Amino acid sequence: MKLKAFKAAFPYTVPVLLGYVFLGTAFGISLCSKGYPFYLAILMSVIIFAGSMQFVAVSVLTGGLSILSTIIITLTVNARHLFYGLSMLDKFKNMGRKKLYMIFSLTDETYSLLCSLEPPSHIDKNWFYFFIALLNQCYWILGTAIGSIAGSVIPFDSTGIDFAMTALFVVIFVEQWESSKNHLSAITGLLVALICLLICGPDNFIIFSMIGILIVLTFSRRYLEKRITNDRD
Amino acid sequence: MIGIKESLILIVVMAVTTFVTRVIPFIIFPPGKKTPEIIAYLGKVLPYAIIAMLIIYCLKSISITQAPYGLPEFIAVLFVVLVHKWKHNLLLSIGGGTILYMVLIQFFFV
Repeated sequence: MKLKAFKAAFPYTVPVLLGYVFLGTAFGISLCSKGYPFYLAILMSVIIFAGSMQFVAVSVLTGGLSILSTIIITLTVNARHLFYGLSMLDKFKNMGRKKLYMIFSLTDETYSLLCSLEPPSHIDKNWFYFFIALLNQCYWILGTAIGSIAGSVIPFDSTGIDFAMTALFVVIFVEQWESSKNHLSAITGLLVALICLLICGPDNFIIFSMIGILIVLTFSRRYLEKRITNDRD
Repeated sequence: MIGIKESLILIVVMAVTTFVTRVIPFIIFPPGKKTPEIIAYLGKVLPYAIIAMLIIYCLKSISITQAPYGLPEFIAVLFVVLVHKWKHNLLLSIGGGTILYMVLIQFFFV
């Protein structure tokens, strides 16, 4: 049963494999080039497991920030994760001991896969979700290990391979677009994020986008809720 | 630059704080209690908006005022959209789009 779920989950994680191995490698190189030992890089990927946060962490460590500033920076960079759980309350409900790991490993990429995937009917749902999360973290750790141990001897120019992540989000966007008759939420996300990016710049726009999206979606609830139920019929 | 011990402390602080941001919704809305309707509604509609936001997030460092004006990203994203609408093959869309992007920025828009 587990093996079947594993086999069903693996193909969906291949795009994340490409993206995470590359980004993890970039993170490993970046931390170790500052003089930190490889095992710290790997430890971070095991216990923090948050892509953009770990890149910020490099400057947190080199800057030697206080504990309070570290907490504040982490909260700011990760604030969007506060809302990811809302879509997973139901999905994780019956996952027992696996639930804690599912919550811990809820990165952007795992979140977007879990949102868009329904496992084949003969597959155990909970193991399927679990393996998606676990595989994704393994890729991230693998990349970190490659970058921190062998970063200086990578034989080909891999510049741009991190586009795999962008492509993954674009594909999920297309699939969600096709599966839904109403596009208000998707368009809200695009426009609000774009406007916030233009106003606030690339470093701070995510938290404002999140707030803007919540406001727009809350106010369009009456309209959207009707359309969503119509979609299901 | 700080020592290993101080680094370890900060790493644990970042790990705990990251976990806190992920676990808060599950603490506020435990499975036994009925989730408020507005939260259930947001949980349903948010993914569409968040995926769209993440695309913008990935493309945030493009400069539209400086060469190559985000052109490689635009071409590669367009490729992914069209190929995916056409074939619905995950690997073809993502693998093809990524290779196209790498070729574009390594050879054409250097």
